[in-house]
Amino acid sequence: MENRPLEYDYTVAKMFMLTTVLLGIVGMLIGVILAFQLAFPELNLILGESLAEYTNFSRLRPLHTDAVIFGFTVSGVFATWYYVGQRVLKVSMAESGLLMFLGKLQFWLYLLTVVAVVVSLFAGVTTSKEYAEFEWPIDVAIVVVWVLFGINMFGLIGMRREKSLYISVWYYIATFLGIAMLYLFNNMEIPTMLAAAPDGSAVGGNWFHSVSMYAGTNDALVQWWYGHNAVAFGFTVPIVAMIYYFLPKESGQAIYSYKLSLLSFWGLMFVYLWAGGHHLLYSTVPDWMQTMGSIFSIVLILPSWGSAINMLLTMKGEWQQVAASPLIKFMVLGSTFYMFSTLEGPIQAIKSVNAIAHFTDWIVGHVHDGVLGWVGFMIMAALFHMAPRVFKREIYSKSLMATQFWIQTLGVVLYFTSMWIAGITQGMMWRAHDEFGNLAYSFIDTVTVLHPYYTIRGVGGLLYLIGFFMFAYNIYKTMTSGRKVEESELQNASPMGA
Amino acid sequence: MFHWLEKHPFFFAVGVFVAIAFAGLIEILPNFAQASRPVIGTKPYSTLEIAGRQVYIENSCNACHSQLVRPFKSETDRYGHYSLSGEYAYDRPFLWGSKRTGPDLMRVGNYRTTDWHENHMKDPAAVVPGTIMPAYRWMFEHKADIATAYAEQLTVAQFFSVPYNKPVPMKDGSTEIVKMGNNVTEAHALALAEAKVIAADMKDQDVKDAVANGQIPEIVALIAYLNSLK
Repeated sequence: MENRPLEYDYTVAKMFMLTTVLLGIVGMLIGVILAFQLAFPELNLILGESLAEYTNFSRLRPLHTDAVIFGFTVSGVFATWYYVGQRVLKVSMAESGLLMFLGKLQFWLYLLTVVAVVVSLFAGVTTSKEYAEFEWPIDVAIVVVWVLFGINMFGLIGMRREKSLYISVWYYIATFLGIAMLYLFNNMEIPTMLAAAPDGSAVGGNWFHSVSMYAGTNDALVQWWYGHNAVAFGFTVPIVAMIYYFLPKESGQAIYSYKLSLLSFWGLMFVYLWAGGHHLLYSTVPDWMQTMGSIFSIVLILPSWGSAINMLLTMKGEWQQVAASPLIKFMVLGSTFYMFSTLEGPIQAIKSVNAIAHFTDWIVGHVHDGVLGWVGFMIMAALFHMAPRVFKREIYSKSLMATQFWIQTLGVVLYFTSMWIAGITQGMMWRAHDEFGNLAYSFIDTVTVLHPYYTIRGVGGLLYLIGFFMFAYNIYKTMTSGRKVEESELQNASPMGA
Repeated sequence: MFHWLEKHPFFFAVGVFVAIAFAGLIEILPNFAQASRPVIGTKPYSTLEIAGRQVYIENSCNACHSQLVRPFKSETDRYGHYSLSGEYAYDRPFLWGSKRTGPDLMRVGNYRTTDWHENHMKDPAAVVPGTIMPAYRWMFEHKADIATAYAEQLTVAQFFSVPYNKPVPMKDGSTEIVKMGNNVTEAHALALAEAKVIAADMKDQDVKDAVANGQIPEIVALIAYLNSLK
């Protein structure tokens, strides 16, 4: 008994892999529709006048962002946790009936919440706050799902055989704590059903409606403290957790520097939260907060690049693997996009640059080079690495994977280059004055000029979506008809193998 | 120290939490009270305006329109006076937005009319050639949810002491009173009285008929809200 190798149980990981793929398709498909609606507004009526309300840009927009953040990415975080967690802690989910039950419960509740979110956003039930659109009943469900995730995480950590927590586990713990804190404080709201009419009669109205605890400038401050750091603890921290595990595993290379990972981790934890103020430059929040937001955004380059450089140097002496393996390509380009995006962000946070960039498509471009190039690539790479080990079948087609890589890379490049041009064009036109000091352009001039860039962006997004369908197909075929393989047979020249 | 932390998950988690909570405490707390005080001339939203604001939110108008005028000449030329913190004192939630696919709406009530909005919401391209804004024709049929708006009004009055039925100082030295009903029937009557003023300036016969019959289409509430943005 003692000498038998540990059999990991991937039941819950598999469930979340499924939602990662499905919600990825949903989120990206809606994204592509939105992109083309901006280029060709007739597409707002894609299903006819009678359904116009539900196919309208403004109704679909929160569905896109939330499906990608809370659907695709968060599913990916859960899926990888239920895979990586067991392996780095050297403990199997099968060892605890309770954790297994709670893990499955978490999945089904999550799925139920997703359905509620989709229905409510289509119906226009929203609080209007970006990435926190859900009304209070859904907020409660999300908190329960998150608590179950936390119980599972700390339960597994409590049972661990490996005493030292691996770097990935640091980042998963931070993800759990960060999102918990941010989400709770940003969603403080009072249900309007608690109100009583002065004469004591029933008021009626929607039972799920609520009012924010904060007003105006305060509300904005809390929202962007949340909004910026939801990106931190949803799109950065857990994705770094993934790359710290999957890149060394896939390449067989040990992490380049422990000290650098230490510096990056604690640096990121301390610095990131300050930077939220850069969303509110030149707004009515106090000036010192705006300046703090700017400064800390610049400082943020250090820990971000620390992680990314650590990853790239992990490949030192093994660069031929990048040419040979499409999976390594995804991760190496992913960390490169991470560096790119974490340099672009601080540049946009400089006040004088922000004066032009804010409210334009350059910001949209920035989000997408990070999310498509870094988050998307890393999660797909993680699933590609997990699939043979979870399903005990070889990846169905490596050449399909390589084709997908190039198509999606082209898509990302088209996306951010067109949005740069669009954003800077629009920002400059808004502020242009003629020789008499009058505004040089009316607003509509700054909209029609963007048509070609919106079209190119749509094509870029479409290419990425096509790549994602190839990914889904490849994973599906791996599950169903890949060649059967045991984990020990898989290429693993790693000193960290097993 | 770090090696020790990595072997003690509880203390590790405490350490992480302190590191991430620190910034929030310092940035958010100190200015909270000051930032929520209304400026003179800012009054609470009426029942109909709140219903219109809910229509605005329901359709994520804030996804494409900001409500924040930055202190630049190009923005004050285009949109009017730059935004002041106190002007948002009654905005729950805030609707600053993060993207200007369309123009800012912070002071749209100063330069657009009921008539303009009616035509524009029905067929934006007919009013602004080349626009990429979709039409919002269903707002002419759907009825505004006055009960929920009234519940919101009661909530902000009871929990956040928003001054309804009380004199509010205006810029010219006078005072105004924004009324709130004693029950949902009264609230509806107040909203309807306001809706009639809006509908009088509109052309759509169905909307006029609905208002005459005591109903309030969403478009009327939305226009009331947009007109209040000054």
